Amino acid sequence: MRVLMFGWEFPPKIYGGLAVASYGITKGLSLQPDMETIFCLPKPTGEEESFLKIIGMNQVPIVYKGHDYDYVKHRLPNYMTPEEYYHFRDHIYADFSYMHTNDMGCMEFAGGYPGNLHEEINNFSIISGVVARAEQFDIIHAHDWLTYPAGVHAKMVSGKPLCIHVHATDFDRSRGKVNPTVYSIEKNGMDHADCIMCVSELTRQTVIKEYHQDPRKCFAMHNAVYPLSQDLLDIPRPDHSKEKVVTFLGRITMQKGPEYFVEAAALVLQRTHNIRFCMAGSGDMLEAMIELVARRGIADRFHFPGFQRGRQVYETYKNSDVFVMPSVSEPFGIAPLEAMQCGTPSIISKQSGCGEILEKVIKVDYWDIHAMADAIYSICTNPSLFKYLQEEGIKEVDEITWEKVGLRIRKLYNQCLGMN
Amino acid sequence: MAKTICLYFEIHQIIHLKRYRFFDIGRDHYYYDDYENERSINDIAEHSYVPALQTLIEMAKENGKFFKVALSLSGVGLEQLEMHAPQVIDLLQELNSTGCVEFLCEPYSHGLASLGNEESFRDECMRMKAKIKELFGQSPKVFRNSSLIYSDEIGAQVAAMGFKGMLTEGAKHILGWKSPHFIYNCALNPNLKLLLRDYKLSDDISLRFNNSDWSEYPLFADKYVDWIAALPEEENVINIFMELCALGIFQPLSSNILQFLKAIPACAKARGITFSTPSELCSKGKSVGSLDVPYNISWVDEERNTSCWLGNCMQREAFDKLYSVADRVRICTDRRIKQDWDYLQASNNFRFMTTKHTSVGMNRGIYDSPYDAFTNYMNILGDFINRVNALYPIDMDNEELNSLLTTIKNQGEEIEAKDRKIEKLQAELEKYHPSVYKTKEEPAPAKGTATKKPVAKKATTAKRPRQQRKLQRPKRLRQRNNESCDNLIADIPSLASNGAGDDCFLLFAE
Repeated sequence: MRVLMFGWEFPPKIYGGLAVASYGITKGLSLQPDMETIFCLPKPTGEEESFLKIIGMNQVPIVYKGHDYDYVKHRLPNYMTPEEYYHFRDHIYADFSYMHTNDMGCMEFAGGYPGNLHEEINNFSIISGVVARAEQFDIIHAHDWLTYPAGVHAKMVSGKPLCIHVHATDFDRSRGKVNPTVYSIEKNGMDHADCIMCVSELTRQTVIKEYHQDPRKCFAMHNAVYPLSQDLLDIPRPDHSKEKVVTFLGRITMQKGPEYFVEAAALVLQRTHNIRFCMAGSGDMLEAMIELVARRGIADRFHFPGFQRGRQVYETYKNSDVFVMPSVSEPFGIAPLEAMQCGTPSIISKQSGCGEILEKVIKVDYWDIHAMADAIYSICTNPSLFKYLQEEGIKEVDEITWEKVGLRIRKLYNQCLGMN
Repeated sequence: MAKTICLYFEIHQIIHLKRYRFFDIGRDHYYYDDYENERSINDIAEHSYVPALQTLIEMAKENGKFFKVALSLSGVGLEQLEMHAPQVIDLLQELNSTGCVEFLCEPYSHGLASLGNEESFRDECMRMKAKIKELFGQSPKVFRNSSLIYSDEIGAQVAAMGFKGMLTEGAKHILGWKSPHFIYNCALNPNLKLLLRDYKLSDDISLRFNNSDWSEYPLFADKYVDWIAALPEEENVINIFMELCALGIFQPLSSNILQFLKAIPACAKARGITFSTPSELCSKGKSVGSLDVPYNISWVDEERNTSCWLGNCMQREAFDKLYSVADRVRICTDRRIKQDWDYLQASNNFRFMTTKHTSVGMNRGIYDSPYDAFTNYMNILGDFINRVNALYPIDMDNEELNSLLTTIKNQGEEIEAKDRKIEKLQAELEKYHPSVYKTKEEPAPAKGTATKKPVAKKATTAKRPRQQRKLQRPKRLRQRNNESCDNLIADIPSLASNGAGDDCFLLFAE
């Protein structure tokens, strides 16, 4: 089975959770011998792993240019051959010479989430028409709203069924105050989809209720985690017998509920003095949080180490006794799973999708700062609870693999294709 | 001996704990959810206890002395009933007056003291026994532990308390090829008879009666008694034990479970099957042999062990922490602490923390997860232990403390006795020598009056002027006692400051 997949991020270039999830899904699928994935990215780095075929959309021509073989070979990156270029060039379907293209007839992408995001989304969709005509595939799979238009376009061109993968909705990002443009793109994608995979039941319900989708085509497809590499596992856990560390790690923004973490910390610190709090990450609410911490008078025990990348993330997890994710609305939230892999007990909000597949975590309502404080205090003061959540948490999270996700996705593909 | 049914019901409801945050530690010493307690006990009384007991009373009246039943109550359950549903107590007394009911003894708290602290276990069993005697005029001879927890050692303890028999689970892994339909005895003490629950027949009523997916549904009394009659001839003792709230709560009244129960005696009579109380079985029946139970068993879950209370490390920590203060609590005289101790021990508190997956739906009360239950309980326990530790210093070990407290108590009593004697002798002295006290100066001729040596001693003190004497009267005594007591009290700083020491000084200064 060949799948044409549209994605916006892919490791090693990571902007957020989408890259990790895209990687996991494709990797999980690649373990099935008869599965081939063509993954379209706006701007690959060329260093992506080679278990799947990557198409750089910035190398797909939409305007005919008559370059000779050597020139093309010289201009293309190593993951694309001139033959492929010519093959795409043969499938240009309209006159796009009015568009801004380079000498190869391709459009440039800034990558990531630039200011002209909507323009890039549109360009991505135009190019997908060429790809859909040039490639042979059985099914289309589009990740997140940025690639929905491309997915819909490919479906229109090829007539193949479209699966869309909802990693987040604008309702999660905006606490209900949606951006109408984003909403319309999301809704259009869902309306055209034959199958909607949502990263949690929570998201599925949002899709059904807020986007008015038929529940029969919506499925919960929970994310998973990759086993940690040995060098990450080997990061030592510092001795915290004297002082405990409680950590928040994520974008410091409304969706993640950082203010509830600060309020809970203030409650805990009223009664104890051997606990420190750490809010790692950056975001639009960072300054407001620093101010709030100062106003609560707990700045001596509350730290802001800033944005953590790569290995630092795992060092932060390992250096924590409790990981807290008080998200107001979290479609899935992979962070607690990573914390659990590092042996750090997690407290998550009941409004987090990952809670649906996790048992060995403490779940509280994001607004219930008393329950959150109580849970933090309990893990810090009762060694048995820490030990139980640590040991059982590792066991539980080890069972959540992308391979299983891949099998479930495959089942849905088969269902869409009526092959069962 | 004909086949006989031993029917037994357990009455226990816990005192529900309230939501107790760690901020409350040290500030709030009241741990209970009064509203929930009142609501739940009334609900259970209304839907189960009252109709079930009324049925049992009717059965007793209809069948005369033929029908017999055994009941036991936990102390905390009883307190709940006394407080919120006294009509249940009235019904119990009415049932008691029919003479068909035997009351068994169980630990007052429905706790796990039998696994944690032998002395506390004994203490609360004796309290429960006294309470049953007081309420129903019966002195229980047969014992049932919380959730039928049993092991050889517990059996030996129970036998040492003077019980003749004990109920426990007919757990398959213990019995092996043996049948629960015989009387056995404890491996460590042959005088303690064991009655084993037939879990199949018991659960047919308490778990499956209303289950329409069950192959035997609907169950009627004649069919049920036929099963009993069909048992091999020599298997004579059929022990059907369950919670009383099985009738009405686990199996709703609408399933006609009470009508089923009511029909059993007549069906049994028709098949020559009798009813017996546990103590009748224990005194008349002969044991077929001893039963080895090296590990704890109970009537809970498929495993029939203690894993639902002590299965994970959180439960074990809570349990260890709780029983770490058991001796202190027993020594102390603070009634509120003792009461909280009873309520906190209830095994249900540990059950809320279980992480086992059970087929039967788990009711966690106010808690939404085992961690929540653990956190709440540990917060309460933290406050409770602080209160217990505030009574006596932590760094003194219990044995030392206990002996000191005994010494102080004994000396207090001794001093009191001596004081009384002094008063008496002085009164006598005054009677014989009123002049001594009038002149204030003249020494009393002690020799003549005093017959005993101590009197002579005291008489010398009596020589002093009245005013002075009153202050210094037991001077020698005080000196002697003060030496030892001051040392004692110096050893116990918080005693000296806490009031217990003041009591001693009051005695001295009296």
